[in-house]
Amino acid sequence: MTIKLGVPSKGRLMEKTFEWFAAKGVTLRQTGAEREYAGTVDGIEGIDLVLLSASEIPRELAAGRIHLGVTGSDLVRDKLAQWDNQVAELAQMGFGHADLIIAVPKAWTDVDTLDDLDAAAAAFRARHGFRLRIATKYHHLVREFLKANGVADYQLVDSQGATEGTVKNLTAEAVADITSTGDTLRANHLKVLTAEPIHRSQATLFKSRTAPWTDETRATFVTLKSMLEIE
Amino acid sequence: MRATSLEKLGDRKLAEQFCAAFAAEGAERFEASILQPADVLLDLYGEDIRARAFITHDPVEGEMMLRPDFTVPVVLTHMQGDGAPASYTYSGEVFRKQDDHPDRPSEFFQVGFERFGGDDPAKADAEVFALFSKQLAPYDLRAATGDIGILVAAVRGLRTTQRRRAALLRHIWRPRRFRALMNRFSQAGTALRQQNLERVRGNLALPAAPFIGFRTQSEIDARIAALEEDAAEPAISTGEIELLDDILSLRETVPNVLSALRDIAVDMPSIAEAVTRLNARADALDHAGIDIDTLDFETAFGRTSMEYYDGFVFGFFADTRPDLPPVATGGRYDALTTVLGQGRGVPAVGGVLRPALLRQLGGSAL
Repeated sequence: MTIKLGVPSKGRLMEKTFEWFAAKGVTLRQTGAEREYAGTVDGIEGIDLVLLSASEIPRELAAGRIHLGVTGSDLVRDKLAQWDNQVAELAQMGFGHADLIIAVPKAWTDVDTLDDLDAAAAAFRARHGFRLRIATKYHHLVREFLKANGVADYQLVDSQGATEGTVKNLTAEAVADITSTGDTLRANHLKVLTAEPIHRSQATLFKSRTAPWTDETRATFVTLKSMLEIE
Repeated sequence: MRATSLEKLGDRKLAEQFCAAFAAEGAERFEASILQPADVLLDLYGEDIRARAFITHDPVEGEMMLRPDFTVPVVLTHMQGDGAPASYTYSGEVFRKQDDHPDRPSEFFQVGFERFGGDDPAKADAEVFALFSKQLAPYDLRAATGDIGILVAAVRGLRTTQRRRAALLRHIWRPRRFRALMNRFSQAGTALRQQNLERVRGNLALPAAPFIGFRTQSEIDARIAALEEDAAEPAISTGEIELLDDILSLRETVPNVLSALRDIAVDMPSIAEAVTRLNARADALDHAGIDIDTLDFETAFGRTSMEYYDGFVFGFFADTRPDLPPVATGGRYDALTTVLGQGRGVPAVGGVLRPALLRQLGGSAL
């Protein structure tokens, strides 16, 4: 039995993950052609590298098909019900920082806070006959956040990309999205509400609570943890 | 947690027994499709329902929901009829996502009794409660009652602006936000209200940003005018805030609550009518054979559940199993019939019970 380690299959998140492990003596490598999703692990025996889309890693961890996985903490919290019963955080990796925030048109001079948003939503619904629309792909996190803060009369509309453009395109009145610098928001004439972010995300190494373990994989895991200086 | 085949068979049988008992009291049988159009429910409950109901897509009908309750379909059906007073009973599965309680089942039988029309609401409230009480008498349950109407009357009578009263009424079902609003409108919130206005005035001094989206300048102007009004308006008096707090913290037997509310009504006459209604209901309950001297009443009861109850509310709980949801819940929802009846409303009171919970409490009756 080997430990299956799921890692994002492309882009900066993959490169940064490789660097993070390499700095601790665990070398992750893509094998074969550049676009082939196969890889190996050097520096420790008994670990298989599984290259996956970052957005599929939460589901694979929860299903126990991989033992360990690297993905954004935002994705785990949004996609897994009661996430901490299904996975455990082993290490925050210090890159891939992004905040999940709510943004509204900068022209809304009367809205800076969640209180303002709630009041604006009530008046908007009375005026337009439908609930104020917030475009997002983080449905669970945003809904829980707004519920906890007592915001009413809004609805979430799904947006899987180019979310910042939805207000200009009249498919939403506000957005809830990940931002690291805020540049895209500003370019689209949006401003971030002054509330604490819904979630401060970063790349995180997770351990599945449902994957099967044997004496052999447990021993490998102990070695890996000491190399990664976890605990 | 999923019920086994045997358990489901048992639940169905028990549900049918309750349904037959309700029918014996003169209720018509009611049936509703399992796939319900999502738009009515979404408009009514907002985003909260998405977290609780299973949503699916029909190629022709569009977004559909697996029936999260029977209340909306039964109200819609009744309101489309001739409007004559009627009672209905139903039995069937309802479906709820349990993200926060994975140990609870996501489908279970629900049996309901709903009564529409009539000109004696106190009597109707009492009869529906007595009906559930009688059906559940063999089980060891504690009943709790409340009345959202008391809090609503208190808020409507506050000596402050219409806008503040409307803001508080809108958040009656969200206790945390309600509390925050109470603070903002009180003496303690005077500085906060001034800050809010100054912050917005500061924004107005910034270079204008291009206007995008549906929300218009006139809506923004209206909100700024509201903030100005709110900052200039005196706070809700400390006396009134304390009375609201007193009302919200009442948790006693029905006679003791009545006596406390009569005292409060001396300083807050706006609740007098609601207290009279509560008194009439207590008399009707007594007349229906309920021991009101031991019946619990909480003014805050029912505030965190679905926001369609607007008067009498009740629940039956198993004190031995605090982990379980209430076995039965119900109440008055006149306002919902107005919303679903396109402005034409009728008095409505009803309740539901869950046979699977009675099974978990020990299966058969005591």
